[in-house]
Amino acid sequence: MRRVSHCAVSTPSSPTCKVVDVADRSSFADQAMEFTPQLFSAALRMTRNRADAEDLVQEAMLRGFRSFHTFTEGTNLRAWLFRILTNVYINSYRAKQRRPDETDLGEVEDLYLYRRIGSFETAAASLSAEEQFLDLFTDDEVKAALEDLPDNFRLPVLLADVEGFAYREIADILDVPVGTVMSRLHRGRKAMQRALYSFAVDRGLVGAASNN
Amino acid sequence: MADCNETLRELEPFIDGEISDEAREHIHGHLGACVDCQQAFEFHLELREAVRRKASNDELPASLVAKLEVCLRDDFDGDGVVGSGGSDDSASVR
Repeated sequence: MRRVSHCAVSTPSSPTCKVVDVADRSSFADQAMEFTPQLFSAALRMTRNRADAEDLVQEAMLRGFRSFHTFTEGTNLRAWLFRILTNVYINSYRAKQRRPDETDLGEVEDLYLYRRIGSFETAAASLSAEEQFLDLFTDDEVKAALEDLPDNFRLPVLLADVEGFAYREIADILDVPVGTVMSRLHRGRKAMQRALYSFAVDRGLVGAASNN
Repeated sequence: MADCNETLRELEPFIDGEISDEAREHIHGHLGACVDCQQAFEFHLELREAVRRKASNDELPASLVAKLEVCLRDDFDGDGVVGSGGSDDSASVR
């Protein structure tokens, strides 16, 4: 039902009195709906479960809808929505998964995948002219490599590399310092490369790894 | 001008667009002069694009659109109905 504001009548003689609440809500739907595919994709990477991802997006959109009066028109709505999505995930879904949020990733060499391109030589020979080296990896493998990261590393990598947010925006969304974002991005990205490489090994794309 | 060590160390923030203008110029200059680093740079650029593309191509389910229409009380998919249209779906929203 549409809530009627305390000032239901807006007349030219009292232009400051407008039906703000109702207008805001319909404006929210118009503006926010375009981001739902991205929000759903991100929700899948977070929850790793379609049903939870749908619920997460629905919950986030509902909260956005209800708190839209706190959003400053003209600022970054996409970042605002992702912040809500991430907060709902952290507060409602992460606990449910019972995964440690800061497991030890171990030491992963810098430029991990780049240094191992040579071991893909045979597999790369099968690529067509239009394909890139990275087409050797399936979409599911890339998703799994990201989803297997512990939350503290997965969220920054998701927000930076998939959703394109700046360090400052990610720091704001996750409520951590920019330095922490940078460090987790660096380590998370390397761990993701290591995971991709191990998928390739499992699939027989490369020789048996002689080093870890 | 940057050297290989510095360039490779700053490669991520460089690609992220998160370094100072001065540092960016140094690295850009080095990439123009160093084939090895240029190759590493291009690889990481491609890796970034591949991750973005492959990890975000999920189709938005119609069931979710229907639920959102009910929540936000609007017909988003233009089918003339708010929600999924089935009368048994109203229970799905609280």
